Amino acid sequence: MPEIETFYDVMRTQGITRRSFMKYCSLTASALGLGPAFVPQIAHAMETKPRTPVIWLNGLECTCCSESFIRGAHPLAKDVVLSMISLDYQHVLMAAAGHAAEAALDEAMEKYHGNYILAVEGNPPLNEDGMFCISAGKPFVEKLRHVAEGAKAVISWGACASYGCVQAAKPNPTQATPVHKVITDKPIIKIPGCPPIAEVMTGVITYMLTFDRLPELDRQGRPAMFYGQRIHDKCYRRPHFDAGQFIETWDDDNARKGYCLYKMGCKGPTTYNACSTIGWNEGTSFPIQSGHGCIGCSEDGFWDQGSFYDRVTDLTQFGVEKNADQVGFAAAGVVGGAIAIHAAVSALKQAQKKTQSTPETNKEEV
Amino acid sequence: MTITPNGFDLDNTGQRIVVDPVTRIEGHMRCEVNVDDEGIIRNAVSTGTMWRGLEVILKGRDPRDAWAFTERICGVCTGTHALTSVRAVEDALGITIPENANSIRNMMQLNLQIHDHIVHFYHLHALDWVNPINALRADPKATSELQQAVSPSHPLSSPGYFRDVQNRLKQFVESGQLGLFKNGYWDNPAYLLPPEADLMATTHYLEALDLQKEIVKIHTIFGGKNPHPNWLVGGVPCPINVHSTGAVGAINMERLNLVSSIIDKCIDFNKNVYLPDVVAIGGFYKNWLYGGGLSSQCVMAYGDIPENANDYSAANMHLPRGAITNGDLTTVHDVDVRDPEQIQEFVDHSWYEYGEPGKGLHPWDGVTEANFELGANTKGTRTNIEEIDEAAKYSWIKAPRWRGNPMEVGPLARYIVGYASGHEDITEQVNGLLTTMDLPVDALFSTLGRTAARALESEYCGRLQKQFFDKLVTNIKNGDESTANIAKWDPSTWPAEAKGVGMSEAPRGALGHWVRIKDGRIENYQCVVPTTWNGSPRDSQGNIGAFEAALMNTKMERPEEPVEILRTLHSFDPCLACSTHVMSPDGDELTTVKVR
Repeated sequence: MPEIETFYDVMRTQGITRRSFMKYCSLTASALGLGPAFVPQIAHAMETKPRTPVIWLNGLECTCCSESFIRGAHPLAKDVVLSMISLDYQHVLMAAAGHAAEAALDEAMEKYHGNYILAVEGNPPLNEDGMFCISAGKPFVEKLRHVAEGAKAVISWGACASYGCVQAAKPNPTQATPVHKVITDKPIIKIPGCPPIAEVMTGVITYMLTFDRLPELDRQGRPAMFYGQRIHDKCYRRPHFDAGQFIETWDDDNARKGYCLYKMGCKGPTTYNACSTIGWNEGTSFPIQSGHGCIGCSEDGFWDQGSFYDRVTDLTQFGVEKNADQVGFAAAGVVGGAIAIHAAVSALKQAQKKTQSTPETNKEEV
Repeated sequence: MTITPNGFDLDNTGQRIVVDPVTRIEGHMRCEVNVDDEGIIRNAVSTGTMWRGLEVILKGRDPRDAWAFTERICGVCTGTHALTSVRAVEDALGITIPENANSIRNMMQLNLQIHDHIVHFYHLHALDWVNPINALRADPKATSELQQAVSPSHPLSSPGYFRDVQNRLKQFVESGQLGLFKNGYWDNPAYLLPPEADLMATTHYLEALDLQKEIVKIHTIFGGKNPHPNWLVGGVPCPINVHSTGAVGAINMERLNLVSSIIDKCIDFNKNVYLPDVVAIGGFYKNWLYGGGLSSQCVMAYGDIPENANDYSAANMHLPRGAITNGDLTTVHDVDVRDPEQIQEFVDHSWYEYGEPGKGLHPWDGVTEANFELGANTKGTRTNIEEIDEAAKYSWIKAPRWRGNPMEVGPLARYIVGYASGHEDITEQVNGLLTTMDLPVDALFSTLGRTAARALESEYCGRLQKQFFDKLVTNIKNGDESTANIAKWDPSTWPAEAKGVGMSEAPRGALGHWVRIKDGRIENYQCVVPTTWNGSPRDSQGNIGAFEAALMNTKMERPEEPVEILRTLHSFDPCLACSTHVMSPDGDELTTVKVR
């Protein structure tokens, strides 16, 4: 393999002091939810690991993942692109086009064979011989298979690559197919969401650069650190849910008080994502905080679960006989009981999840 | 040689150049041109190379959900499809929205215009004009002087600042891992900037990258996230509560202050960086006046940013509406998107089938059946196209026409319509720019004109954003905190059948959604989007579309390096995921495969 500078080398040559570098490592550690003990480990990784080449392919998609990626605040998108990875092919941002772009792709694939990360935004359509998405005159699915062959790991950005997303909603006219159903011989990390949160995207990349391995994945192949809990579990409006205080209709007094959006169809109780903790756009807000229920965009098949304004009906937290209407109009005494049931059910679910989520690709070296 | 009805001489005998993929755009696109012995483009063919079929997916869904589906048509112009969708559904069902909702929607739409224009210019378009490698040769002190001359009020202008950026760039280049700059056309003589201008612009590439993530926070505040904020039929989902208990769960004083501070950042960046850069860079390319295409003939805008809620008449719009044909700037035609005779889509050169050649259909009656079929003169195979045959079907984009004319849409079209109809702000901006740059009005009809109009519009939208912020605050002060009208939220209040249309001006141009609702469900949904207009293939009459027309007669310095092609295509800010999603209203299975 050719000589590649380490991340630390690059930072140093850019005039960043050792002190700033250590501060950066410390921030990275806290961004990843790790204690100060991990700082030397991160620093060591960055001093010794080469900048990892990343090839980013776009299939059928809307480019919201690329857009989200450049919204990254810590680290900044420019720092990721200039100093942390080598983004050798990314057709939304790269200077070259046509033959010159494809030549850059070929060169990166050859030079870093077995060592690059393939990041996929969008998915391949399989109908019409794959020609619903054409790149360089050929079906995108061919390009995907070709590039995946030499990748050390695959990142499926967003709902499209992870699950299919909107073009795969019924009746899926192009037979848009998630990446893992086409690429079956590589470790795949799914980062669902439409789009995923910027800092989750960069957090996963930084984690891989830092610890030189895939993040721990749940049964569905998502990083447990960001997708391990439901929006509902960490929602700041959760006390209103537990207290039976709900918005009954748009812009009512309860809406203006920031009550729970469950009755307006919020999918927070069934959606695994980090929106209610990390927040969107540097923590500025997230859907529930801005008054609309979660539409569940990081869940498989969320387009086909009925209207976004239909309530989640299989939520058992209120107990078998109770629903939100009954709880909402009931006295506070009942609510106490509901919370107890909720807690018990949550504990049960947690236990189930633990047994289910023994990941196949867990802690695999990459 | 063929002369098209819209006046272009096509000659496909010269060397054929293929650009696939066209990069720094949204989605997938291919472009082929023929150049003559002098490297001048004599034939141009633009092909949309993706198709997602969103409308069939919408069939049978709850119309109140349609905004979320259509928003995912595009994550770059995020929000504009959602806005157009809620307008279409509200039009169909006779739903009015509160004034506050109109002000908030306008701020979100204007915010998108500004964000999209800035990201387009710096991150998708600049590398067609700016050479970051040449920036390494710049003198930081001279760059500082240049910066202070073109924009005295921009605070980031010291020699040390430019030296730091240059050093960082230098280390990046010297690492040998060129990443996004790899295989750029950096020694092509088409690049004309002196090193100092290259360094200044490359520095602003990075500044704009930092800023754009701030701009979108207005979407995050009102819509919860960006990309893809949340919308609501009947208003906006965010309630307002500035006085009472629980205000932290609503739009409160802190939120309004944050919005206000972001609006100021947009205004400052437009004034101190974006506009001065366009003037400075444009000054070096002032003799490169290629790329006019249809802009001097046929342009169209639907208008947007209604001053008062629920009034979508042209007179109530801040961004103008109208159509100009045959280059006659003295007559601005009314555009009626409901009139079946005005807007029609044709598929003679698109991979769809109507069953009748030369037929055009209004979107309310739109029919689409995919038919991927390559012409007899295609080089290569069905799944490995080397050269496309434009005499046959050759694109996933349909060919929309206004009264039979191919039209250009987008910021330049809006500015030409505004200028021709005497729109005060637009006229003042355009005249000011032409005077500063010492250029005649005709200079507008060019690739650079398109790029300049976008910058002017970003500046204008910044002011409008402030205006609607003030309007929102005034309205709240007057005691109106309403943000949603729920009178017709329940589907039981709807008529058995209804049809509606929503319009907007997306950053890339005129956008329309046409919806039919039956028994509370979507019966048919059609979108005709900006890049469908601009990226249109030929029609049955042989008229070429806006991309193709704009490429014609351009001189290429090195035909094998498509810098000039990219310049002109990028000046439209193509959005292919938008343009290529149309689908059959009856939802037929798309299994039709014909191979000649």
